[in-house]
Amino acid sequence: MATQIPQTSTSEHASAGFLPRIGRSLAVVPALGWLIGVLCAVIIEYVIGDTLAVMLYLPKVPALFGTTLVLKEPLLFPSALLFVLLVYALPIGAVARMSAGWTNRAAVALERVPIWLSVLVHLGLLYAVLHVWTEASDYRLQVAKLIMIAVMLTLSINVINGYMGEFSCSHPGFMALGAYASSVFTLLLFKQDRLFGAALLPESLGPYFFPIALVIGGAAAALGALVVAIPSFRTRGDYLAIISLAFMFIVKSAIENIEPIGGPRGMGGQPHWSTLPAVFAGMAICIWIINNFVRSTMGKALNAVRDNEIAADAMTVNTRRTKMVAFMFGAFWAGVAGGFYAHEVRHVTPGSFGIQMLAEVLAMVYFGGLNSVVGSIVGAVSISMISEILKPLQLYKWIIIPLILILVMIFRPTGLVAFRDFDIKRILGARR
Amino acid sequence: MAFFLQNVINALQWGSFYALIALGYSMVYSILMLFNFTHGDIFMTGTYIGFGVATALVALATALSWSMPGWLLLVLTIIIAMFLTSILGVVVERVGYRPLREAPRASAAITGLMIGIMLEYGNLAILGTQRYNFPSIIETVTYDVGGVFFTNKKILIVGVALLLMIALHQFIHKTRWGMAMRAMSYDFQVVPLMGVSLNVIAPMTFAIGSALAAAGGILYGMAYPVLDPFMGILLGWKSFVAAILGGRGSILGAALAGFLLGFIEIFTAMVFPSTFRDLIAYSIILLILTFRPYGFFGQAHSAQLRL
Repeated sequence: MATQIPQTSTSEHASAGFLPRIGRSLAVVPALGWLIGVLCAVIIEYVIGDTLAVMLYLPKVPALFGTTLVLKEPLLFPSALLFVLLVYALPIGAVARMSAGWTNRAAVALERVPIWLSVLVHLGLLYAVLHVWTEASDYRLQVAKLIMIAVMLTLSINVINGYMGEFSCSHPGFMALGAYASSVFTLLLFKQDRLFGAALLPESLGPYFFPIALVIGGAAAALGALVVAIPSFRTRGDYLAIISLAFMFIVKSAIENIEPIGGPRGMGGQPHWSTLPAVFAGMAICIWIINNFVRSTMGKALNAVRDNEIAADAMTVNTRRTKMVAFMFGAFWAGVAGGFYAHEVRHVTPGSFGIQMLAEVLAMVYFGGLNSVVGSIVGAVSISMISEILKPLQLYKWIIIPLILILVMIFRPTGLVAFRDFDIKRILGARR
Repeated sequence: MAFFLQNVINALQWGSFYALIALGYSMVYSILMLFNFTHGDIFMTGTYIGFGVATALVALATALSWSMPGWLLLVLTIIIAMFLTSILGVVVERVGYRPLREAPRASAAITGLMIGIMLEYGNLAILGTQRYNFPSIIETVTYDVGGVFFTNKKILIVGVALLLMIALHQFIHKTRWGMAMRAMSYDFQVVPLMGVSLNVIAPMTFAIGSALAAAGGILYGMAYPVLDPFMGILLGWKSFVAAILGGRGSILGAALAGFLLGFIEIFTAMVFPSTFRDLIAYSIILLILTFRPYGFFGQAHSAQLRL
């Protein structure tokens, strides 16, 4: 396919530097092309990464694009940069650009088939990328999984804080409910354990019941949400913020006082079922359902309630029911994320679902952008990544991240990609 | 009976901290209609500033071989620390809240939260992880009245807290500045048209709130001398709940609810195991708010809420 580069004006074109020209030539690459490029890059890293790392005097393959390494040992900056250039930037750019012709044709072909098939193809590629990338180290694997869990959590809180426009502080509480409910289910049925004794079912059956455990976790969180919602949706305003804050403290304190589930020491020994495919599938389904929810009539009603509740009521929106459903829906997904989290870190304590986690979740959703699925993904991925990357700085990390967030809030008060639809057709479409 | 009275005294002391911090939340809320989530950490910083001032004053007195009486030292510490912390409050307002006055209120809450985190970790970065002890400014004297034990510090804490609250009440109801603040809390969009600048009133609110938090911090340091950069989190959030319980924007309500929260917590710990304290305290608050959604003295705000 002949690709035409739109030329705005000659003078601008003449003054365009090296980078803008590269940017313009890469603008023709569709999502499919990028995925294939990244796949090539991670395969290259998988095959020659170790050798290249040795050649560049790097201790091992840099886990997160060399950033952590550079912060620890600044002298390795040239090597790390070269590694990232050789392994990631060059192959991705080259493959994506050179394959742009046929990937565009493929993207056109995929536009003709049903959208779910096209999405599945892209998701399959994305999964392949993640799978190969996380082969390198367990650390990467865990980072990738925790990021995907964070995406789910951020999306779920965006339904409430972004789409509904209330300020909910109880998400750590919902996550705790989900984590504990699903853990109780799996430990009770499938695991020989000091809290509940012998397993009732053989452990080999377990992974098939993992979705049920997650749904139980989500349902527990949704029930908790009902406790918050009934008193707080009688009035409008900041009421939910306080009730949900109190609820978070209540959940934490209640779990600390229930000795059969470990009390303040927490609950450990969950089976390691949050594997990469499971978490990936969970995240994909979560994005799909939440995106459908916010684009449905219900989602539109939710936006109407946020913008003007009285007007929405006049337009026959059942505001109370809408808010309740949305709140429980958001809590459900927080619970599911909690279930994944519990089966990934495999030890949950009530202390970890506190103010600290609330601050992190709020940072993610407000950084990425309110009222936007893309924004949630961007926020969760970037804050988690920044947080991992800055780990060598120890406590200065918690000065830099808030600073970034304050700047984002001052210059883009609703977040980076706020109020934008997640248009899957446009994202996956060909760039003609 | 003696046991009961003993706990009443403890609850009064514990409640004074909540009340003093809750006042700051309540004042900012009444003017700007937003939650100042930095306030707990301003309280923490105020305590550290008080610690620094007190240590410096003690060192100065020793160096010049004055025999400064304890009460004078305390008064000086409180006044200087209140002044310094109010500057911090103004800076927080200028940096974190003023640029976001037109933004959704939740964004301002986020900047507040983030400034709070920066204060915590900034403190940790500057002073290190070692714990400091608040200098014992006045000698502890224990009185025994019919089996009820109380120290002069407890009386002092409750007394100073009440004094500050009365002073605040007088300021708000008797002075022109207080009148401007009350007007602003009535409608912060129209009152600026009458010649009262929000850019004066808002920093002033932050300054007064922070000063009260600093006073609360010094009193707290007298009762519980071990300082910790994260001490403001739990106390701050609990006082925030108290401020809401009192009725958003109501000074009297915030003070009363602060004391009430102190009473609930102390008496729960008296009857139940102390681990149930938070659980029962918050459940009671949840119940109260279910039946009185606007708190004790709040009224339904008609102002258009932005997000």
